[in-house]
Amino acid sequence: MPLFWLRVALCLYAVGLFYALASVWGGRKVLTRITMPAVGLGTTFHFVALIENAMLSHTWAPASMHELESLLAFVLMVFFFFIYARYQATSPGLAVFPIVFLLTASAAFGKTPSPSATPLFVSAQWIYIHVALIMVGYSALLFSFIAGILYLMQERNLKSKSAKGFWSRLPALAVIDDIGYKSLLWGFPFMTLGLIAGSILGEARQGASYFFDPKILLSILTWVLYLVLLYSRWSAGWRGRRAAFLSSAVFATAVLAWAANSLSHTHRFIAP
Amino acid sequence: MNFHLIGVNHNSAPLEVRERLAVSEDRLPEAIGALVQQPGVEEGMVLSTCNRVEVLASANQQPDLRDFLRSYFGISPDEIRPHIYEFQERAVVRHVFRVAASLDSMVVGEPQILGQVKEAYAIARGLGAVHSALEQLLSRAFAVAKRVRSETAIGSSSVSIASVAAQLAEKIFGSLDGKTVYLVGAGKMAELAARHLIAHGATRIIVSNRTFERAAQMAEAFGGNAIPFERLHETAEGADIILTSTGAPEPLFRKEHGEKLRSRRRNRPVFFIDIAVPRNVAPEMNKLDGIFVYDVDDLQAVAASNGVERKKEAERAEKIIEAEVDRFASRMKSLAVVPTILSLQEYCEAIRQAEIDRTRGRLGKISPEQEAAIDAMTRGIINKLLHTPITTLKSSAADPEAATIEDIVRKLFNLNSRKAKG
Repeated sequence: MPLFWLRVALCLYAVGLFYALASVWGGRKVLTRITMPAVGLGTTFHFVALIENAMLSHTWAPASMHELESLLAFVLMVFFFFIYARYQATSPGLAVFPIVFLLTASAAFGKTPSPSATPLFVSAQWIYIHVALIMVGYSALLFSFIAGILYLMQERNLKSKSAKGFWSRLPALAVIDDIGYKSLLWGFPFMTLGLIAGSILGEARQGASYFFDPKILLSILTWVLYLVLLYSRWSAGWRGRRAAFLSSAVFATAVLAWAANSLSHTHRFIAP
Repeated sequence: MNFHLIGVNHNSAPLEVRERLAVSEDRLPEAIGALVQQPGVEEGMVLSTCNRVEVLASANQQPDLRDFLRSYFGISPDEIRPHIYEFQERAVVRHVFRVAASLDSMVVGEPQILGQVKEAYAIARGLGAVHSALEQLLSRAFAVAKRVRSETAIGSSSVSIASVAAQLAEKIFGSLDGKTVYLVGAGKMAELAARHLIAHGATRIIVSNRTFERAAQMAEAFGGNAIPFERLHETAEGADIILTSTGAPEPLFRKEHGEKLRSRRRNRPVFFIDIAVPRNVAPEMNKLDGIFVYDVDDLQAVAASNGVERKKEAERAEKIIEAEVDRFASRMKSLAVVPTILSLQEYCEAIRQAEIDRTRGRLGKISPEQEAAIDAMTRGIINKLLHTPITTLKSSAADPEAATIEDIVRKLFNLNSRKAKG
């Protein structure tokens, strides 16, 4: 895959990474002014890289783990900008920027599969839909997880009654809560549709045995936990500690499902 | 105005330097005595606190205050040159006003400094070292300090408590738009805090008070609802912010109320602002998820650290000081024309008296009524004639050409030679 634009994007994401690291020592205000345009530009170049890649390989479907990482990083950034536009909140960036940087770095410098290799999948369009939907679902989960952590931090700040809490630049508790809840709400249909698309593909290719794969089972477990999380929020208004614990459990399952590629026989990429 | 000031403070000098210049209270008279012995110095005072040492003088010629430091403290000026500041004239007025108003303090707004300045002034005054110009400067400085204190929130925490409470509410709820505030107790502080919350967007007000009439009154003032006190707990769930300020000896809200409240509100957060002493909300309520309790001390602690708020107030205070410096300067200038006005009036009065005496002989016997009429007439003529020159002198006192106008008046009426003769 062509990597030039992706590497340009990576350099710009590095500003975001620096911002996240520097924030730990404070002094975020000035950096925000540099970081937001930089990561915005990075996302644009990232988009160019994705398009270029799709055009050169004549398929939209990601053929390797690295392409998938690149796509996930891009979706995360888009998600971040949605939240930024809606809430003017940059705090999720503290967690998102490093993740995006690592994903992009892995995609930009990881070993690429030999160009002769072609995806095993039957229908590239379907695969693409499946992957894109799942990526949005994952991003949503990640954001609700980050929001959960930020919520706990801000709640602690406010409960400690210290002046430090008063001056912390985290968004208001209600705003963090809204980010978490809306991310979940938006992510759920994507995750569901993505799983359905995946099941149809798997069923068509391998029949019922497809579903007894660790990756698939973990994915279904993620989805069930996701549903429970959403329901607890919706029915009992769970937030704060309990919501954060539950969302971190869902997120952990999702990460496991993502990592389960190496265990999976049926759901594999050709190269690393 | 001939003011001069030299000094060091916590900003300009390290403690080691301030220590060497510090004058203990029992040595203060001696220091002041040495100060007024300096050539040119008419009045003087010395202010020595743990954060500053300042020597203030009013002089009829440029005094050498550095020389005073050298001779009195035995410190060579070179040694402390980087640490001292010196002001003259108007800058002295501003500095003295700022010091008295606690704007130059380490903790801006701290109240002790005014007392310390007053004490230093009293000692110098007792020694006769402060009597005219410095007397006016200092008494004005005390008035300015009082004005700053009453017109800004720089030293008080009551206003900042209310605004800190509102800002904290925003930290919890984001925007306060559409939020409901429950006032439990309908006192002055509650009203002030409620006004702040409304200014930040809170829309609905509920009031409950032991005397229902008072609750009804306040509810009407805010366009809200009044609730009988017995129904407090069953109605509390409708509120996002609960502001308690009753004189109840035991907490009105305890943990069990908090748990019930939370489940009825389906975990939506509640913010308790408890400005009552003793507290109306049990402190362990703060441990419950989604319930935030701030009492008076918590709010005060945040307010004290509230740099921005203080800075804002300090800026307002600086504006007041600037206006006061202008006022004081123009007053000092208009005081300068007072002797001219007085001698002008004396001059005219002398002419009037002389003319009346001369005329009386020619008129022969006149009735007391006629004498009074002549007196009133001559007085009237002089007052009318002098009216414009006097008002011109007064109004131009602050202008740069004041001295010229004064000079012309003195020349026209030959006041200088009269004064010399007198």
